[in-house]
Amino acid sequence: MSDIRRTAPLSVVLGALGSIRSAIFPAIAIGFSGIGGGDRLWIALGVGLAAAAIGTAASWLGWWRQTYTIGAADIRVESGILSRSARSMPYERIQDVSLEAKPVPRLFGLVAVKFESGAGGGDDLSLQYLTAAEGERLRQLVRERRDEEQAAQAEAGDRPVSAAPTSGGEGEVLFAMGPARLLRFGLFEFSLAVFAVLGGALQYVDNVTDIDVWNVDLWRGWLEEQGAAMASLGPYAQAAGAIAGLAGLIVIGFVTGVVRTALRDWGFTLTRSARGFRRQRGLLTRTDVVMPVHRVQGIVIGTGLVRYRFGWHSLSFVSLAQDAGGESHVVAPFAQIEELAPIVAAAGFRLPDENTRWQRASTRHRTDTAVLGSAMFVLATIPAALFAPPGVFLLPLGAAAVAVAANLYAWQFRRFALTGTQIIATSGFLSPTTRIVTRLKLHSVEIAQGPLARRRGYATVHCGLAGGSFAIAGVSLAEARALRASVLETIAATDYSRLDAPEGQALSAAQPGFSANLAAT
Amino acid sequence: MDQSPAISPSAQPLDDDGELTRLHPNYTHALRVQTVLAAIPLLVGALVAEAMLHEAALLPPGVIAGTVLVIAAALVIRVPTRRYNARGFQISTDRLRVVRGLLFRSDTVVPFGRVQHIDLDQGPIERFFGIATLTLHTAGNHNASVSLPGLGEGLAREMRETIRAHIRRETM
Repeated sequence: MSDIRRTAPLSVVLGALGSIRSAIFPAIAIGFSGIGGGDRLWIALGVGLAAAAIGTAASWLGWWRQTYTIGAADIRVESGILSRSARSMPYERIQDVSLEAKPVPRLFGLVAVKFESGAGGGDDLSLQYLTAAEGERLRQLVRERRDEEQAAQAEAGDRPVSAAPTSGGEGEVLFAMGPARLLRFGLFEFSLAVFAVLGGALQYVDNVTDIDVWNVDLWRGWLEEQGAAMASLGPYAQAAGAIAGLAGLIVIGFVTGVVRTALRDWGFTLTRSARGFRRQRGLLTRTDVVMPVHRVQGIVIGTGLVRYRFGWHSLSFVSLAQDAGGESHVVAPFAQIEELAPIVAAAGFRLPDENTRWQRASTRHRTDTAVLGSAMFVLATIPAALFAPPGVFLLPLGAAAVAVAANLYAWQFRRFALTGTQIIATSGFLSPTTRIVTRLKLHSVEIAQGPLARRRGYATVHCGLAGGSFAIAGVSLAEARALRASVLETIAATDYSRLDAPEGQALSAAQPGFSANLAAT
Repeated sequence: MDQSPAISPSAQPLDDDGELTRLHPNYTHALRVQTVLAAIPLLVGALVAEAMLHEAALLPPGVIAGTVLVIAAALVIRVPTRRYNARGFQISTDRLRVVRGLLFRSDTVVPFGRVQHIDLDQGPIERFFGIATLTLHTAGNHNASVSLPGLGEGLAREMRETIRAHIRRETM
């Protein structure tokens, strides 16, 4: 069963062909250059042949040193001429087997076989090249292994997958935004980005017309004309003009925000169906995204500096899929916390409430961030006090005071809570961002400490989350260790292959570990 | 059920804070050889600079090359031992703990149940010293791969088999 094999011998030929292909151009270049005078054609031929010979030898060595083993429990590939590397991929973790036939290998009846696991780094196990029959056989073999395993699981008395929600049926609307809400949302999205666009447009005008917009004289002339007109109006009119200009700027900012928001989020609806969450939005380009519930790895509740004061929050899901470049899927961009609660519950999470036992970041961490955050301004104060005109040093000193105050204020958002099934962490400077992850769906826990943190006895806890990041900064070392021990108890109790199982099953599997945890207290 | 008692440092089963296992002693030697190889080009560069400035006589002879030599010697003699002392691991029935870092300490635990695939790598220097690097790949974005260098070859193989067997057992 577990015999050691090599890839198809013809792979050597393909490798050699590749090296010849890359040797052709240098050879031609030599042939047409002046090197070597009359003998240059021979030199070119020699170089080409040498490259081909070395390439073939390397290709043969590589082929000889690469073996793969189809074992009882895993597929293993060993390779490397000088360095040796061996990769072992258990059948249980193989998500997909893909066969790829590029034109040239195809002529020889060869395929590249790639086994994909769920690893976050994206590197997988690949074999170049196997005969098409062998590739097909491997794919079949992996499929059979997986089927066997599922059958074994069914025999073991696991419940079949039937995660259909009992209530609501098809398309229960969880969240929707009408035009009134959009307008309010847009006002908070105040943006002066339009001026950047205008700058771009000016550049365009400059390029396609005769008007030289970057000509200073043109503008100065215009300004002097206007300035003369302004000066003749007197101070009150000047002040009025300035205020009007400012008001215009503000109006433009708000209008930009509203228009951009309307374009993006017009008709925003989030529905919950048997297949998962479905989000539709957009005015000109309408997008429609479906996310299965079990793919949600964590949730992020964000807010803004001003909108937080009015109780507005946004909710996004962290999942393996990417959303328009962002890390997570926005499922409710602008809502009050009460409106978010049902969405959060539908995704299988729970919002923190008054019973949540928060643990704050270490006070030493607070002191250190405040000191470090203001250090730059304090340093700037010294030369300012010595050399600048009197009074100027108050500016950096004031900035330092503001930095200290902001860091002290930020401390109240820096806290976390560990519940039976999830970890909640908030962070932020002037408004809090809350992240909630399921303990079960974490992949590793790391306690990291820099030089200062080691001296002062606190640490950052990094949790491995698929499709996102989750870190808690400034946790005292003892708490960090307790947190890790407790979380690992939950993680280790359930294997990765059962994570996507219906919730009840996963929880019951996690429970023994957790109750053992309780018993030990 | 959701509200577990808040964790307190004293009341937890802390199996992750036990004694760390040291790496293979040869790891120090391998690190030294690597540092020497990396230092050679720098030393050569320093000597060349020395020779070029010799004519100008701006600096007393041997200042550049001497400084580089002293730094390189410190890196070769002192740092590998300290790095070796800073590293360690701990393998238990269902998880692997890897500790590393001189200035920036990091202490990572990966449960076997979350391992996607396992690598065992040996560079030429590692092969000469009979040690290997074990790398565990997980699905998380952070710590997508956790590597543990400086294991004895046999031990590394043994650990791979243990971890693989655990994955097998858990899924059955």
